[in-house]
Amino acid sequence: MQELTVTRLMEIIRECAGEGEGLAAADDVLNVEFSDLGYDSLAMLETASRIERDYGIRLPDEQVTEATTPRAFLTLVHDAAAESS
Amino acid sequence: MTAATVVTGMGVLAPTGLGTTAHWSATLRGRSAIGPITRFDGTPYSSRLAAEINGFVAADHLPSRLLPQTDHMTRLALVAADWALQDAALVPAELPEYGAGVVTASSAGGFEFGHRELEKLWSKGPEHVSAYQSFAWFYAVNTGQISIRHGLRGPSGVLVTEQAGGLDAIAQARRHLRAGIPAMIGGGVDGSPCPWGWVAQQTSGRLSVARDPARAYLPFGEGAAGHVPGDGGALFVLERADTAAERGVRWYGEIAGYAATFDPPPGSGRPPTLRRAIERALDDAGAAPADIGVVFADAAGVPDLDRAEAEALRAVFGPYGVPVTAPKTMTGRLGAGGAALDLATALLALERGVIPPTVNVTRPVPAYEIDLVPRPRRVPLTAALVLARGHGGFNAAMVVRGGRGTRLPDNARRSETCRS
Repeated sequence: MQELTVTRLMEIIRECAGEGEGLAAADDVLNVEFSDLGYDSLAMLETASRIERDYGIRLPDEQVTEATTPRAFLTLVHDAAAESS
Repeated sequence: MTAATVVTGMGVLAPTGLGTTAHWSATLRGRSAIGPITRFDGTPYSSRLAAEINGFVAADHLPSRLLPQTDHMTRLALVAADWALQDAALVPAELPEYGAGVVTASSAGGFEFGHRELEKLWSKGPEHVSAYQSFAWFYAVNTGQISIRHGLRGPSGVLVTEQAGGLDAIAQARRHLRAGIPAMIGGGVDGSPCPWGWVAQQTSGRLSVARDPARAYLPFGEGAAGHVPGDGGALFVLERADTAAERGVRWYGEIAGYAATFDPPPGSGRPPTLRRAIERALDDAGAAPADIGVVFADAAGVPDLDRAEAEALRAVFGPYGVPVTAPKTMTGRLGAGGAALDLATALLALERGVIPPTVNVTRPVPAYEIDLVPRPRRVPLTAALVLARGHGGFNAAMVVRGGRGTRLPDNARRSETCRS
């Protein structure tokens, strides 16, 4: 399975929840809060559900809600992928 | 003395046109929007005609973030609210934090969204269902989305009284204004253009099965056999006349009177209560029947219901006692959006002194003794009565008055040039 990159993550978010705001294209997007990009918790649940399907992993809702930045979200996905492999 | 509730802005998205100008122009020309269903395959169904809104591209009007979480009808509602606020030159951010609320009406919520997600549920599994289904199907979805988009945190809600909802929502907004809220958005935009919504509506037994768009919806006419559904509606900015005057804006007219009644159950032997709603709305407006220049009828298109409405009109106004029109012969019945659209059309009719026509009804039933208006009729108008009946026994009647402060907005001025 191809590893999820921050670029791909942001693409998937856009596909699931539309264009973000503010720093969506910035280099340091890894540490920006999703809420500052205009993405609420439902947008992230929608994104998580898509990633679960695409990558064949499970992302518990509570952990998705706690992963409030792209960096935290990617860590969550990588950990889940490592567990399932 | 309670300050008057006035309409300072409107946003219209109807099968007849997007925007007040396009809608009014097509309505005066008698251009019906009824045709074969195009938004899904209508051929498996006994009813195959609808009045759809075509040519609406949501991405042209709304940020992409709102698209995954909305269906056609909520997108229409969001744009209607945008246009109403622009028309009223009202900037919600300039109001106190709880200074404006939203009351919309809905008859089915986001059925189209729900249809799509239910289809995913049974064909692919629960992990494929959108997280946005949690609210996008809900009756209050339009109210919520409009409230969030414009930061309208005042008293808000949704009225679910089928066709009567368009008027009931405006009346509820009027109550909030009377309680001291400076501004409200009220009205209804509705529509379930999907197989699930279609099948649900078919169970009413009131959908026309005609194939000819010109013969499918004939309220008060010989051969009336049901109605055609449509999508769309209208939203309004409502304010107290004194605060609107302070803002220096003019208005389309006043919500002068309103009443709602509920019919007794079928088989009770007691009569329907539309007449009482009309009389109470007139009382509320301090108006006599002779003050009403035109009635925008509910126009069910079902003989029993048409007869009952004609009887109520005859009882209040006398035989042929008031011009009666049903521009919804061009748009079909829009659920909770229908009466809101009628209210918009009534306000435009008051402003211009023209009664828009009822199309296709070439042979009104003589026994009804109503003055049905088949062609645009130019006549001075000071007040109009809008009627709506919702499936299940809901009746609503609203009196609107033109007059002082009535304004001609920029978009309306442009429409003068294309008036037929």
